[in-house]
Amino acid sequence: MNINLTLIVQMLVFALLIFGTMKWIWPHILSAMEERARKIAQGLAAAEQGEQELAAARGKAETIVREARERANQIIDHAQHRANDLVEQARSTAGTEGGRLIAAAQQQIQLDATRARETLRREVAGIAVAAAARLLGREIDAKKHAELLDKLAAEV
Amino acid sequence: MAAEKAGGATEYILHHQTFLSNKPPHGIVDFTVINYDTVFFSVLLAAVFFGLFWLVARKATTGVPGLLQNIIEWIVEKVDEQVRDTFHGTSRLIAPLALTIFCWVFLFNFMDLVPVDLLPLVGRGAGFEHLKVVPSTDLNATFALSLTVFILIIFYSLKMKGLVGFVSELTLQPFKAKNVLVQAVLVPVNFILESVTFLARPVSLALRLYGNLYAGEMIFLLIAVLTLSVGLHSLTTFGGVVGTVFKIIGEFGLGLVWTVFHILIITIQAFIFAVLTVVYLSMAHEHH
Repeated sequence: MNINLTLIVQMLVFALLIFGTMKWIWPHILSAMEERARKIAQGLAAAEQGEQELAAARGKAETIVREARERANQIIDHAQHRANDLVEQARSTAGTEGGRLIAAAQQQIQLDATRARETLRREVAGIAVAAAARLLGREIDAKKHAELLDKLAAEV
Repeated sequence: MAAEKAGGATEYILHHQTFLSNKPPHGIVDFTVINYDTVFFSVLLAAVFFGLFWLVARKATTGVPGLLQNIIEWIVEKVDEQVRDTFHGTSRLIAPLALTIFCWVFLFNFMDLVPVDLLPLVGRGAGFEHLKVVPSTDLNATFALSLTVFILIIFYSLKMKGLVGFVSELTLQPFKAKNVLVQAVLVPVNFILESVTFLARPVSLALRLYGNLYAGEMIFLLIAVLTLSVGLHSLTTFGGVVGTVFKIIGEFGLGLVWTVFHILIITIQAFIFAVLTVVYLSMAHEHH
């Protein structure tokens, strides 16, 4: 075991190797690693941002749906009110119309009854005259007794 | 290499401890000698490291990474984390340096998990008498790492603190005095203490790695000596075929256990080297 020229040669080789590693290996590998770390960090940040955006969009969508639902309910309520109103209105119109019709019909009935009574009275007067003529055995001069007959007919 | 004769265990281990060099070394320091095997394997492993990482770095995608890119990025990320935890300044050097040290040392150490006799056997086939395949069992390799780190420590200390700051850090602590005369006496004491601490860093870095891997390799060698090599030798003397089979199973079992345990050691040693380097360099950057 002795110290010899190998020492010097080894030192030269070592120095060269250090230089080579420093110049051609270390920076390249480290920069690649750092670049990758940066990329991953970016990717993670982007993913997080995307997640946040998704949550925000989800919230917004929920709000919109809720608002739409409320609006729909409002519209339905409104429509129901309107329908009720219409029905009420129709009912009242129908009631008035019916009353009017009933009144007209009653008037007509009264008119008819009066007319019928008049006819009946005349017929009764005729019958009464005929009966009286038969009882008296002679013709009653209708012209003479017209006043009396009319008075009678009015009493019937 | 099974021992060919009785007492071959020593020879077997010594054979494995010998480098493939241009000539046998004389003395502790001999700069005319070079270990071809250490240089070859460390350059090969550097190429493996650089090739793999460069392949990924060249077409690193910022999208979904493939398997290889994933593994490489995992290592890079762990190193980056570790450096960020320890070092709070800005430096374009420290993190790549830590990555280089961790991967290269890990690959050095990983060679220890290749069966001890496999590559030397191949080497012998190719005509090389000796072959040491684990660069971190060569003091030259571990000291080359730690001395380079040491130079960087000095460079950054001077750059960040200036010469005055660096020298005062070595001389004005840990003992401080308000009296100028007392302080003048304390300066040499401080200097001795601090320079020991300072110089101990590269030495401990290099010796810790070397010692762990040397010991690890030695245990693989001992397992081989105690079982297979002796077993093959004793095939003709005693124990017979049954004894040999037992020894082969023993070699396999012990080797497996130690390999599994060793995976932990080699990773931890590579990690310790890289982390301590970062710690030392961040200390060089800090002001007191």
